Amino acid sequence: MSHADFQLKGSTITVVVLDIYRYLPDSFSTQLEQKILQAPQFFANSPVLINVGKLTNDGSPVDFRLLIKQCSELGLQPVGFKGASDEFASAIADTGLASLPDSSASVRAVSFEAPEPATQADPEVQVEIKTVVQEKVVQRPSKVITRPVRSGQQVYAEGADLIVLSQVSEGAEVLADGNIHVYGALRGRALAGVYGDTEARIFCQQMDAELVSVAGNFLLSESLDESIRKQSAQVYLQDDTLKVIPL
Amino acid sequence: MAKIIVVTSGKGGVGKTTTSAAIGTGLAMQGHRTIIIDFDVGLRNLDLIMGCERRVVYDFVNVINGEASLSQAVIKDKRTDNLYILAASQTRDKDALTQEGVQKVLDELSTNYDFIVCDSPAGIEKGAQMALYFADEAIVVTNPEVSSVRDSDRILGILQSKSKRAEQGKEPIKEHLLITRYNPSRVNDGEMLSVSDVEDILAIPLLGVIPESEAVLKASNQGAPVILDSQATAGQAYSDAVQRLLGDEIGHRFLNVEKKGFFKRLLGASA
Ligand SMILES: Nc1ncnc2c1ncn2[C@@H]1O[C@H](COP(=O)(O)OP(=O)(O)O)[C@@H](O)[C@H]1O
Ligand SMILES: [Mg+2]
Repeated sequence: MSHADFQLKGSTITVVVLDIYRYLPDSFSTQLEQKILQAPQFFANSPVLINVGKLTNDGSPVDFRLLIKQCSELGLQPVGFKGASDEFASAIADTGLASLPDSSASVRAVSFEAPEPATQADPEVQVEIKTVVQEKVVQRPSKVITRPVRSGQQVYAEGADLIVLSQVSEGAEVLADGNIHVYGALRGRALAGVYGDTEARIFCQQMDAELVSVAGNFLLSESLDESIRKQSAQVYLQDDTLKVIPL
Repeated sequence: MAKIIVVTSGKGGVGKTTTSAAIGTGLAMQGHRTIIIDFDVGLRNLDLIMGCERRVVYDFVNVINGEASLSQAVIKDKRTDNLYILAASQTRDKDALTQEGVQKVLDELSTNYDFIVCDSPAGIEKGAQMALYFADEAIVVTNPEVSSVRDSDRILGILQSKSKRAEQGKEPIKEHLLITRYNPSRVNDGEMLSVSDVEDILAIPLLGVIPESEAVLKASNQGAPVILDSQATAGQAYSDAVQRLLGDEIGHRFLNVEKKGFFKRLLGASA
């Protein structure tokens, strides 16, 4: 039997799309820098798809290598071009980056020339590389608890995820049909996927639970590996066995 | 409008009444008109610790039942200005305190006092819930041992779910942790939880740490709150806690074992 050395998979990546209308190297660099300074965290190392579908440069050629270099110098990672017309096709091909046809990407674009911060890049900007048709379950909003869940108390997130921004005390119980996140110590009992969702997980900042359970498969405190105790951890189900691993 | 402070714990015998007497007295000594109310129906205790048991004619339940007016039942403390006591009933049944009745008394007192300190009975059931229901702030008294900490955690859950503030969706009751009967050498020996262990489990701000002290028993035998004993470590620690309750930021004392004497140091060095 021979094993393949690789596997091909479809995937979706999130990128920033840069709509460029006009390319004047000097002002481009200055304007881009200003834009990035409005949200430096967001743009740091962000992959960028350069949309040239609306680019007209009054017939003069565009130095795409310089454009890429300017983007890189400002901390962006250009991954390719999109919507190249015949006019720019060969110049873009010369850069070695990917060139995607205009129609393949369904995007919400960042308008490069728009001056308002309000219209700047949306973190959800994405390129659909693959179209997946799936049945969509209507999602209820997560239940968010901001105070500690104390001994004797019980919190249940019905049909939703549970987010606890504090601790879950010994003797307390948190339950969710979805995932459970505890941004503090988990010392009580946590039951995720109580309606049978085997994909549900438990995440916590400090694992010290009396009991953890996913879709009815549970583990008691005494069965927890000592190496994971008081560490940040996640709990999930793999082949009917609960796994507790560090985060 | 008076600020209502409940002294609560879940577990019994941890020092709630000792604390109510000390903190109430400390607030009055700072010039705040203060009344301490004993909610422990049937186990009347506060008046003994305050040394006014012989002066109790009418109690809390008498007032609620309309058998006496507040001015007849409230006892003015003999030692400390600005300090008043409302005793619990000795003999009545546990259901004598009704929510409406308590509300009426607290409303009436509210206009006349700066602080109302409610000494809670033990447990997490009706009596304790009555004492905490109207509170603005809570002093959660905890001994550094597992069962006491667990009960404090339970009472914290009740403070945040069954109080008036919780039911009405108002700003939550302000929580203070008071660790009492703290014995640093037993902590070092691993027989007691440390301050940081308790803080870690309960996750509420630390108001004070009261050391285990013989002065407490002596004070209660004499019927004088231990805070009046300025020589005693417990008295000093209660004074500090009162300062913090009033907003001062001062460091915690008595957390470590006292420095060893010369001989002990010699012995310790050779060990
Ligand atoms: N810091 C302390 N050091 C020594 N003994 C204490 C201290 N605090 C309380 N005690 C003792 O513990 C017992 C219970 O105290 P009390 O205030 O009546 O508790 P509660 O009201 O919670 O039942 C009393 O005998 C009291 O003298
Ligand atoms: Mg008591």
